[in-house]
Parts: sequence; structure tokens; C-alpha cells
Amino acid sequence: MHPILSQIRRLGIYLLAWVPFVGLLFYLLTTLGGVSSLQGAVMVPVLCVLYAFACLSSWYSCKATSLETSSFGRLLLTHLLGAATLSILWVLSSRLLAKALSSYPGFESLPDRMLRSSPLLFGAGVFLYLLSVGLHYVLLALQASQQAEKRVMQAQILARESELRALKTQINPHFLFNSLHSISALTSLDAARAREMCVALADFLRLTLGLGEKNSITLKEELHLLHNYLAVEKIRFGARLNMTESVEDELLACAVPPLLLQPLIENAITHGIANLPEGGSIALRIQQRNGLECLRITITNDFDPDMPARRKSGLGLLNVRQRLETRYGSRATFSTRKLDHQFEVQLDVPGESEEGV
Amino acid sequence: MTSEKKLSVILVDDEELARALLREMLSHHPEVEIVAECSNGFEAVKAVAEHKPDLLFLDIQMPKLDGFEVLELIGCEMAIVFVTAYDQYALRAFEVHAVDYLLKPFGLDRFEVALARAKDGTGVKSIAPEALRATATPVGQYADRIVVRDGTSVHIVPVDHLDYVEAQDDYIALACKGSKRLKQQTITSVEATLNPKQFLRIHRSYIVNIERVTKVEPYGKESKVAILKDGTRLPVSRAGYARLRAVLDGVS
Repeated sequence: MHPILSQIRRLGIYLLAWVPFVGLLFYLLTTLGGVSSLQGAVMVPVLCVLYAFACLSSWYSCKATSLETSSFGRLLLTHLLGAATLSILWVLSSRLLAKALSSYPGFESLPDRMLRSSPLLFGAGVFLYLLSVGLHYVLLALQASQQAEKRVMQAQILARESELRALKTQINPHFLFNSLHSISALTSLDAARAREMCVALADFLRLTLGLGEKNSITLKEELHLLHNYLAVEKIRFGARLNMTESVEDELLACAVPPLLLQPLIENAITHGIANLPEGGSIALRIQQRNGLECLRITITNDFDPDMPARRKSGLGLLNVRQRLETRYGSRATFSTRKLDHQFEVQLDVPGESEEGV
Repeated sequence: MTSEKKLSVILVDDEELARALLREMLSHHPEVEIVAECSNGFEAVKAVAEHKPDLLFLDIQMPKLDGFEVLELIGCEMAIVFVTAYDQYALRAFEVHAVDYLLKPFGLDRFEVALARAKDGTGVKSIAPEALRATATPVGQYADRIVVRDGTSVHIVPVDHLDYVEAQDDYIALACKGSKRLKQQTITSVEATLNPKQFLRIHRSYIVNIERVTKVEPYGKESKVAILKDGTRLPVSRAGYARLRAVLDGVS
């Protein structure tokens, strides 16, 4: 579709841009061509409107001979040929118009004067046509750059989506190996508990695998997943692992990215509880801020302050932080701090309802 | 003591179930005696000093001290079988002359292989603890703490707390908040494990924490002395002064 004809507003601007040329042509015809003011006032606007539309045709020849791929010779030939053809047609139509008007009083001399002005009109036609060629090349370039921008945007969106997918389902293989090892130990010690642990592990895995396609799940689902994970870890760590949880009921229907809590709790276990010979506690608290606008998630766990800093935080934190950044930008915050013997992770995420995502 | 000597074993793992599995697998071997079970690194060091076992099943990721730190403190008078879910330590484990490396979860077959290897190899090898320290620190990483054994108790010195290290014959003294801890190690080997951006060898017998140095003053005709924040004066050799100058000029 022609970029100027496709929008009324653009067509208006285009025709407005012709006004100076109407004035110019009027001046040239009345001074050089001997046309009277009255004759010029009738002829020039009609001719210009006609030619304004005729010049729009150069869009197609510009598109066919793009600046990047066509040779200079071909460009010159195409557009000069177009200019000459349209100008001749324009001159001819001016003669026809002059003839048609000649029966009116005051216009008798018009055909003769237009004939004398033919070279002038032809020259103006070529000039105006080439001007419109220039305009159309500018429009083409604009269109190309807009499309390129759009492609870049789409590529960014795609990259972000694939990044989210890659970050989403990352089950720590060591968690699996350690759990399997515990099951292996339980088979002869306590077959019933071995079975229990198998089931808990399977439930956790099944839920996690099912998350592959989802962008968000309800907080209730995320907590369910977390409980399955904890069921496994509690068998492994026994009395060393204590978990307390306080979640406001109204928040359970809120949408959160899948595997938001579990990696944080896993981090609290592997870098906190696992380093304490007597074990410790993890407290999970989820509250609302500003009504349901924002969810504040706080996870506090005991840790051994003697352990070197490098071993205190892990990939789980990084993963969650990156995912929040990719998904919410500045709308989510993530902070960690060390208290005396406790490590605290706090995140604020926008409270989204499930349909809203 | 019975006439035929039993193979004494210590199990070190923070997970009760993991120890239970080892215990069960060893129960088929009457010639093996479990003399202690430990759930963290401190206990392990203490139990090894007490029992001097022939064989140690050692977890790597543990509270207080990790498996490599335990090994550094107890020396290598016994056979070591590492037991872990992490395969990335395997190379380091063999570099410190572990007899075998069991990856969790493992079956009875694999366990028997490890035990057989341990029996063959018991007591045949030894490696200097300081060489151990060097290999136990992964390439490109520096120690973030130094472990010191004092009899059966273990002290951990975070390198950030370390003011300077002083060589004293076969020992090094780790100066930290006004007190000193002795460790059997050479100053050159400890230098290799410390981050050169943080620590500098200023003298044949001294490594200093750069952050603690307040000024360097001339001392006598040729030599210099570094003054630390707490007022301690350490001798600086000519080469040490050149190194110190380079670092301090680089900072300012």
C-alpha cells in the first residue's frame, strides 16, 4: 500500500507541501509564459493537483529500483524516463485543459500561450517528479528502518522468552543424587519410609516437569511444590531441618513465576542448614503490601557465620534474581542481608492475578 | 587387642542415612571395625587423632570443615575414600591421593571395589600436608580461610582476619587480632594459597596483609620496616620493599 495514500493525514500534508509549487508555477507562467492572472489562477491549481497525484506513482518505480541494489545508470534511466513521460503527459493535459477553457471569455488566448509555455511546464514537470522521487526514497528508508526496529524488538522478546525458559526448570542434580542415596539407604533400614520418600520425590519431579510451558502458577501451587520438595529434604536431614511458614490466605490465588520459592529454600538448606551440625530453622513469610499490589516474600535461615562467604550463597539466588529482573524489570526487588547468625532474602514481586498474566 | 588386627574405619558424613548405608555395607565384613562415626569436620579431626584409623570414608560437603580441610589437618597416614554426590571434586580427590571416590548413590559392587582398594593401599602412601593444601585449592581460587589444628581442637582463621604470617623454623605463625596460631607449614606454600592482591611477601620470613600496612619507614642504613595498624613493626627486605612500593603506588 502506498504510504501517502494509506493515511488521510499524510495525504493532506503532502498536498499542503504542494502549495509553494502552485505559487511558483503561477509566478513562472504569468511572468515568462505571458499567461494572465485570471488564466493562471484557474489553470495552475488544477494542473498542480493533477500532477501531485501523478507524482505519487514514482513510489512504485522507487520500490522497484532500490538505492542499494540498483546501478547508478539504471536509477538515472528509470527516473528520467518516468519524469519525461509524466511531464509530456502533463504538458498535453495542460493543452487539453486550455482548449476546453478557450470558449470562456478572457481565456481565448490560453491555448496559444500554453503552447508557448510548454517547455517551461515540461521543465517544471521533470523537476517536480524528481523531487517526488527523492521524497519516496526517504519514505522507503523510513519504512525499512521501522521494520528493522520491529525485528530487533521481536528478537529481544524471543531472546528474553528463551532465557526465561532456560532459567525456569533447573533442578539441582545433586539434590537428586543425594535423595536417591538416602532412598538407597532407607530400602533396608525402613522400607516404608523409602517408599514415602520415592513418592515425595516423584511428586516433586512431576510438578516441576509440568511447569515447562507455564509462565506463572498460583502461589498455592508453588507452595504445594515446595512442600513436596521439603518432604524429601526432611527425610534426608531429619531433625536438623525445621521449617516454619506463614502465608496470608488472600495471597494464595496470586500468580507467581514457577519455581520462585523452591530455589530460595534449597539455597537456605544447602548453604545454611547443611553447614550446621545441629541443624537450624528456615522461616518463610509471605505478606501483602499496599493491598494485593505487591507480595513481600521473606526467607530467613540460620547459617554458620564462620563459613567463608563464597560458600554461603549459590546459584539458586542468582537464578531467581535474574528471572525476576527479566520478567518484572524494576517492578520487583531482591535483597539479601546477613544478620548475626541468620541470612535473610527478601523479595517484593508485583501481585498479579492469574488471568492477568 | 585381638591377635588378628582388624581394619579400623571411621565414617564421616553429615547425613545420618548416608552413614547408615555405609555401616550396613560394612556389616558384611567382620574384618572391619567401625571405631567412630562423625557428622562434621571438627568431629572427624578429633576422632582421627584419637583412634588413628586405617581407613576413612569422607564426605566432602560438610558443616564446619569440608573433606579436603579435614584431610589437610589429619595428614595422610590412612587410606581415604571420598563419598560425595558431587563429581567435580574427583580430580582434586585423586590429586590428594584418595584411594577411591564413591559417587552417591552407589551400589554394593562399587562399594566393595572401593573397600578392596583401600585394603590394598592402606598405609602405603603419604603426601606432605602442605602439598595437599596447594592441590586442594582449586586453580584460580585462593584460600578464604586457613585451618589450624591444636591437638584435637581445630581453629579456623579467615584470611580477611589475618594480619601477617611469620615463618618460624618448620612452622608458620598466623597473626590475627593480636594472637598467633602455629601451623606446620612452610611460608612459601602458604604464600601460594593466598591471594597476591591481598597478601605480599615483604621478607624471607614475612607475608603481610596489604590492607594492614599504614606506612613504611627506613630502619638502619639499608633496610626498611613496615608499620601495621596495630603498631606491629615488620622487617621489609629490599625485594619486598620493591614489591610493596609497586602495590602501594598502584593503589594511589
